[in-house]
Amino acid sequence: MTTINAVPRDGFRLSMLIYDTRYRAITIQLFVLAMVIAAIWWLGSNLQANLEAKGRPLSFDFLWSRAGYDIGQTFIPYTSDSTHFRALLVGLLNTLVLAFFGCIFATIIGVVVGVLRLSKNWLVALLTSVYVEIFRNIPLLLWILVIFVPLYEMTPAPNAFKLTDAMIASGTEPAASMILGGTVAITNRGTYIPGFLFDRGFEAGWMTALAILLVIAGSLAVHLTLNARARRVQEATGVRPVTWWQSLIVLFVPLAVLLWALGFHLDIPQPPTRFNFEGGVVVPNPFIAMLVALSLYTGAFIAEIVRAGIISVSRGQTEAAYALGLRPNRTMNLVILPQALRVIIPPLISQFLNLTKNTSLGIAASYADLRGTLGGVTLNQTGREVEAMLLMMLIYLSISLTISSLMNIYNRSVQLKER
Amino acid sequence: MKKSVFFGALAATTLVAGMAAAATIDDVKARGELLCGSSTGLTGFGAPDASGNWTGFDVDLCRAVAAAVLGDATKVKFVPLTGETRFTALQSGEVDLLSRNSTWTMSRDSELALDFVAVNYYDGQGFMVKKELGVSSAKELDGATVCIQTGTTTELNLADFFKQNNITYQPVNVADDNEAQSQYVAGACDAYTTDASGLAASRATLPDAENHIILPEIISKEPLGPVVRHGDNNWGDIVRWTYYALLIAEEKGITQANVEEVLASTTDEEVKRLLGASGDMGVKIGLDNAAFKNAISAVGNYGEIFARNIGEGTSINLARGLNALWTQGGLQYAPPFR
Repeated sequence: MTTINAVPRDGFRLSMLIYDTRYRAITIQLFVLAMVIAAIWWLGSNLQANLEAKGRPLSFDFLWSRAGYDIGQTFIPYTSDSTHFRALLVGLLNTLVLAFFGCIFATIIGVVVGVLRLSKNWLVALLTSVYVEIFRNIPLLLWILVIFVPLYEMTPAPNAFKLTDAMIASGTEPAASMILGGTVAITNRGTYIPGFLFDRGFEAGWMTALAILLVIAGSLAVHLTLNARARRVQEATGVRPVTWWQSLIVLFVPLAVLLWALGFHLDIPQPPTRFNFEGGVVVPNPFIAMLVALSLYTGAFIAEIVRAGIISVSRGQTEAAYALGLRPNRTMNLVILPQALRVIIPPLISQFLNLTKNTSLGIAASYADLRGTLGGVTLNQTGREVEAMLLMMLIYLSISLTISSLMNIYNRSVQLKER
Repeated sequence: MKKSVFFGALAATTLVAGMAAAATIDDVKARGELLCGSSTGLTGFGAPDASGNWTGFDVDLCRAVAAAVLGDATKVKFVPLTGETRFTALQSGEVDLLSRNSTWTMSRDSELALDFVAVNYYDGQGFMVKKELGVSSAKELDGATVCIQTGTTTELNLADFFKQNNITYQPVNVADDNEAQSQYVAGACDAYTTDASGLAASRATLPDAENHIILPEIISKEPLGPVVRHGDNNWGDIVRWTYYALLIAEEKGITQANVEEVLASTTDEEVKRLLGASGDMGVKIGLDNAAFKNAISAVGNYGEIFARNIGEGTSINLARGLNALWTQGGLQYAPPFR
């Protein structure tokens, strides 16, 4: 048996790296790796040398110097005395908040439109097709402008809500009035909505929020226990006890008591005495415009993905569901969509990534996102283009990788479990 | 994926960084065209007219340089640049010269590796508001929403001004002048702030200019001038002395109309040197001796450029003020031409 061993046993020769199939693959891979590393090193040292030659070596120290500029929309405390790094964080948060809400709304729009596009109703199918084709085939930047410009051109200025003594005397009404019982004002700067105020709240705002969240969580837990018990009784006796009033009490009374104890009341925006509305919370127009444009644009793509996913589920599944007596909407929710999800999720991830990256068009609507702060004003005022660009790429890359890994976890959970 | 994106971008930045090396004057002559970074449209300073020709105060400086270097004031290609893109465009060699109401500051001179070669307009930052607002001073703007061009010094001055006066404001950062103006007109902001000259230019284009006022406060010094890349001193000299030639021409009473006549009849040695009749001042910086004469006959002297584009009588209607010649109480002063 040993005589038919074809491999010569006279050890390793250098030429075997190329001619021996056992080693060739490794040789080629090592060679390519070396080339890639050399190219990277060359590019990096070239950049370094060029920057040195211009007297501007790579340095990220600028992040810790005073920013000196103000930002319109900030979720964390920020003044012109804060550092450029803090401005970066403000921009990053603006980006993330926009992307988060954008993904939610785009998904809702996409699923609804995707299902409706398959409708047998001619008008519904036509309208949704028109929506999808229009939004998919026109650049996003134009949509942002188309939505943003009317938002400030056609809505009243805060001044139009002003009611002066002279107007009361002559009995004239302000040119514009607030909607929803005088609680919400749509202006050309943003939409002012009521905020929450607590007269007897905890010293720290987060304690108040935590207390409310704990009470809501507790109420929900009791409500679920009630339901579970009702189900047990139903399974045992066939009669489901009436629990709706208990649930109602459990859900709302503790919260109401807590809110009363905290001195909760709505902070309704007041028409301006000087320039802007006072009190309340403002949702700025740049944010609204970006959110609407991103959701509608990405929603059109998601609609197509959803439609493709639904079509991919075999027609037999629908027929089987009908044969079991399921009505069309339950067939869709219980049979078709869960199976379609397996096809929908992977391309959906890339749409979420697209939406997140597209937030960087924010400056078109004066939205101060990461590109507007770090890649805009900071870059311009410090002149650190290379550093700012590298940092921005790194941040967008991290956001994208985080989103896609989270979505991949979800994807694995809905995939077909093969046992 | 991660690596390829990162290093692709590195490659792009290195390519850009490697471009700005050769002498600008040779590039311009070889190309037969001057690439001039201009504003994206600021009436009176730099904007295309109805037939697409760029005109304006800053534009004329580019034309003067083109006339001096290439002998033809029409051989200019104007590249519209926003406040955000202008310096990068200059650094990367996309333009030879930036003539676009840019403020001379120390950090731009040092950190951005640029050279401001002269101040062709002494300006300051102001505010424009609608008359109906009933505001007569910038200090009354507490709580106002202010539109501002992003990537400019005005952004920093604004923050400082409001902080010093202990009042608050809501900034709306917009990409360029037109966008800022349309938001201001629609009332999306109460006040628009930029250099006072820019405000005057914006106001001139409004159909109801009389309903808008420019507040009296000037909150900063804004010396505006042409910019070149740091390190090419010869090119900087050419732009600087072309500009000074226009100033000296005004000082000596040389105009677009009478330049040939003065050349034939003058007995003033400095004028002779300026117009290339004696000495070799033009040749010394790599141009023809007739270079500055060409510049003057192409666009006129500084006073003519000012009067034609932004002076009293134009729709912009700016007084000479600080920009009068030093002999008339202003700051415009050229070193001796010898």
